[in-house]
Amino acid sequence: MEPLSPPSATLDTSSHPACLRIAGDWTLAHYATLRRQSQSLRTQYGDDAVADLSQLGRLDTAGASLLAELLGAQRLARCTAQLPEANRALLNTVYTSVENYCIPVREPERNALLMLLERIGCAVGTLWRDTLQLLGFAGVILQTLMRRALQPHRWRWTPVVAHIEQTGLDAAPIVALLTFLVGAVVAFLGATVLADFGATIFTVDLVAFSFLREFAVLLTAILMAGRTASAFTAQIGSMKANEEIDAIRTLGLNPIELLVLPRVLALLISLPLLTFVAMLCGMVGGAVVCALSLDIPPAMFLSLLQTDIGVQHLLVGLVKAPFFAFLIAAIGCLEGFKVSGSAESVGAHTTSAVVQSIFVVIVLDAVAALYFMEMGW
Amino acid sequence: MSTDNTVIQARGICNRFGQQVVHENLDLDLYRGEILGVVGGSGSGKSVLLRSIVGLRRPDAGQVRVFGQDLASLGEEQRSAVERRFGVLFQKGALFSSLTLTENVALPLIEHAGLSRTDAEHLAGVKLALAGLPISAADKYPVSLSGGMIKRAALARALALDPDILFLDEPTAGLDPIGAAAFDQLILTLRDALGLSVFLITHDLDTLYTITDRIAVLSQKKVLVAGPLAEVAQHPDSWIQAYFHGPRGRAAEQAAPRTGQEH
Repeated sequence: MEPLSPPSATLDTSSHPACLRIAGDWTLAHYATLRRQSQSLRTQYGDDAVADLSQLGRLDTAGASLLAELLGAQRLARCTAQLPEANRALLNTVYTSVENYCIPVREPERNALLMLLERIGCAVGTLWRDTLQLLGFAGVILQTLMRRALQPHRWRWTPVVAHIEQTGLDAAPIVALLTFLVGAVVAFLGATVLADFGATIFTVDLVAFSFLREFAVLLTAILMAGRTASAFTAQIGSMKANEEIDAIRTLGLNPIELLVLPRVLALLISLPLLTFVAMLCGMVGGAVVCALSLDIPPAMFLSLLQTDIGVQHLLVGLVKAPFFAFLIAAIGCLEGFKVSGSAESVGAHTTSAVVQSIFVVIVLDAVAALYFMEMGW
Repeated sequence: MSTDNTVIQARGICNRFGQQVVHENLDLDLYRGEILGVVGGSGSGKSVLLRSIVGLRRPDAGQVRVFGQDLASLGEEQRSAVERRFGVLFQKGALFSSLTLTENVALPLIEHAGLSRTDAEHLAGVKLALAGLPISAADKYPVSLSGGMIKRAALARALALDPDILFLDEPTAGLDPIGAAAFDQLILTLRDALGLSVFLITHDLDTLYTITDRIAVLSQKKVLVAGPLAEVAQHPDSWIQAYFHGPRGRAAEQAAPRTGQEH
């Protein structure tokens, strides 16, 4: 059908009763223009106005909805008789479905200050609930762990070993490289500052102390928080979104035992090992800088280590690793369980898992540093 | 039928996943204004065929011509122009989970039809209502909807641009019988009014008997037979016999004439 004239709705007031003339193609391409026209027209004619659709060209659902809104039920019933059967059916279908449609009223804008306070309040509430949830979840993990500890035949070694490979072995190169570089940087810094006192020899102590006590475990834990907590959340979260967790429950299995325990155990094993690797690599980094730019040969570096650094520094560093491991794994898994079914939610909770676990690791490390210092260890 | 009446022409399509051959030398036509039902057993490659036709998967061999043009050889601009004439309803809805239903439907209207946000959301509301959703659902996110409502919203999005070809992947699966019947009628009305061509994958025998003009049976890696239902049902292949003359097929056939004669 050729368009007879540009699409338009005009009100012809010369005749009586007034006549709405509908012309041209009422299609999506002209939607914006037509909607403006019909909105301005709608106030201008009375109930007795008739409509003339004989000039109507093509019609699609967009145009039909405009026509339906413009003409209303009774006029539509009267004037569609002249239309082809297909267009009439379309108009009627559209009309019946949009009959009761109106745009839902949006809530009015509120005071910005009130909204700010509300958001702060919500954030504090969420923080409190999250803390409680994390403590509760840690309790559930420990409870399940204790129950299973007494039943060795129900230990699941295959997933534990698989997760150790993913979280430990696969992460070893990046942990080693990063701590090597940081060790070298610390040695350079120490050398620069200590040279003023003619005490460059203490660079060895600086590197060894910092890596054994703090840097190795902290750097490893932060890397694991970024690498592993996010992986745990994404894995469990997409299972949750796909109703797989629900399937596990309805099969009478325990998702904590099946999904969480292997991950927690794997990280409990791999984080201390990685921490040890990090200590070694950090000190090697320091030793390389000492040998190349401070004239402290590796043999001297080693003998200084033996005489100056007690074994308790190694233990102070290592003892923190399992705690960090447990918290990182617990936060990663818990955030996975909180996913609510959409892809967006998986992303949001993954971010939250990384932020939370890095935060918790640093706070706990600060508290531990205070404690160890007061104890004189 | 003449070639200019053919909106989709698939010739010699081969699809392989590693060792597994899904399609081999498959030919299929879709004519203007017809509703083509595509049936086949589970795993016979119905959805893969749909993906090959709309260009989501490049077939390993063969050619798909849409409106006489080969999608794979078109530039980005022209390709997008052709794709705008498609409406696709995916099996699981594939609604954007970060957008409300209204925003889901309004998105193509804003991006392609150049409507303002207000106009687009108003029209999106109309489309949602047309697909049979209540107003209360319009501002909800897909996560909080039932499977049937997601199907309806996905149909509303597929219809957003009033496409020329509508691809439906099991549209009535998961709908209640009343909703499924209304869905069938809606497709018929739209086809009659807008001259839509519909590529309909379905297992719903009632839908097949009520609204399809032709049926293509996918089996043995190709289109085994394509034609009007009565013809296809006479085919001697044992799967086709079991499909159309099994207990469910007979029930649908008996129910069909009453609705069928109205059209």
